[in-house]
Amino acid sequence: MTDLLAIGTRKGLWLARSEDDRRTWTLGGPHLLAQEVAAVSIDTRGPTPRVLAGIQYGHWGPTVMWSDDLGASWQETESGAIRFPEDTGAALARVWQLRPDSADRPGVVWAGCEPHSLWRSTDGGRSFDLVRPLWDHPHRPTWQPGGGGGAVHTVLPDPASDRVTVAMSTGGVYVSEDGGDGWEPRNSGISAVFLPEPAPEYGQCVHKVAVDAAGVDRLYAQNHFGVFRTDDAGRSWTSIAGGLPADFGFPVVASPSTPGTAWVVPLVADVQRVPPEGRLQVHRTRDAGETWTALTTGLPDACWAAVVRDAACADEADPTGLYLGTRDGCVYASADEGDTFALVADHLPDVLVVRAARI
Amino acid sequence: MSVEVVLPGVLADLAGGTKHLQVEPAGGTLADLLDTLAAVHPALARRIRDEAGAVRRFVNVYVDGDDVRYAGGLGTPVPDGAVVQVLPSVAGG
Repeated sequence: MTDLLAIGTRKGLWLARSEDDRRTWTLGGPHLLAQEVAAVSIDTRGPTPRVLAGIQYGHWGPTVMWSDDLGASWQETESGAIRFPEDTGAALARVWQLRPDSADRPGVVWAGCEPHSLWRSTDGGRSFDLVRPLWDHPHRPTWQPGGGGGAVHTVLPDPASDRVTVAMSTGGVYVSEDGGDGWEPRNSGISAVFLPEPAPEYGQCVHKVAVDAAGVDRLYAQNHFGVFRTDDAGRSWTSIAGGLPADFGFPVVASPSTPGTAWVVPLVADVQRVPPEGRLQVHRTRDAGETWTALTTGLPDACWAAVVRDAACADEADPTGLYLGTRDGCVYASADEGDTFALVADHLPDVLVVRAARI
Repeated sequence: MSVEVVLPGVLADLAGGTKHLQVEPAGGTLADLLDTLAAVHPALARRIRDEAGAVRRFVNVYVDGDDVRYAGGLGTPVPDGAVVQVLPSVAGG
């Protein structure tokens, strides 16, 4: 039994392995040295695990690479896995999300990219097709770039239906009920404090959305100010930020196995993107956001580094493991749902993404 | 017509392990040269231009020592015997 933790940073990818049920970790790498890795996934559906990485190759542009031997070798599609059709006049700027679909859809991998676009692969990530109806959505020209660029950064395919939920900065949450042919914004109740109208139909800067273990109708959203929950697949959202030290932040992670359990990593505010009181702290809810508990055991006493959008994740082991990477290059792992953390790595480049899987 | 393309070391692997390529472009402009390069070494060509055809922002291309951004861009003439150098710009952190 091996647990694998993929750590994408501004300047390369590191892979940590644990052979003792996540008690200790051995760090390997760097892989893809000097390349920015803003998206990574571990696809465990095939006979061997595939690590997919969305890279920004220094001066030389973005692409998707993959390894079927845990980083020993890397491959890419010669002509580029993600290429905008010529008629769009657009060019890929960055891959922000790589999301394998369910085991019942082998080979299907979704990608969220900058500029705002959603892509679907049916060959395990070798090549992707632009999800044209979202690209052609009449709202798209008004979606604005956030600090990380204008991108679809969250892709949540429902394994039990044709529903696909995406989140973007900015733009907000959009949902398709038919596998990507039609899209509608679902942001009612999510604030947009940076817009003159406080509750627009769309345009919110939703930083991350996670699906509750109870099912795909219940989602959590960490917004650009505000933490929200929906119980009706995004048709209405209510604040669950009460009890948190701050409602700003980037990641939200839901337990894959325990309904009602989720984690956020608060930051003070958009103009002060640091942990409250200089103390890195994870907050966990066990009741779908009604109450929150601060978790700090094993995290540093003094830390002014943020955890960005995809730099937190859960694994699917029992009990659930939780992982954090900071912008000062530290990675923390918990094998007990956040009760205690241990340092996996430090002094790495700033961490952009972490993903964990049992392989 | 033959043109020498000089690459930085970091791109050599994508050109078969060499930093010097002799290319016979289909036409007389930089765009023609890069199109020919893309047909033979597509992964290399993607490092220089994006899929919309633009030279990447932090990549500089010189034809016989002249920066094409201040010449004719992709329409810059590339004569027989020219040396086309690809260099990363000063950027990053």
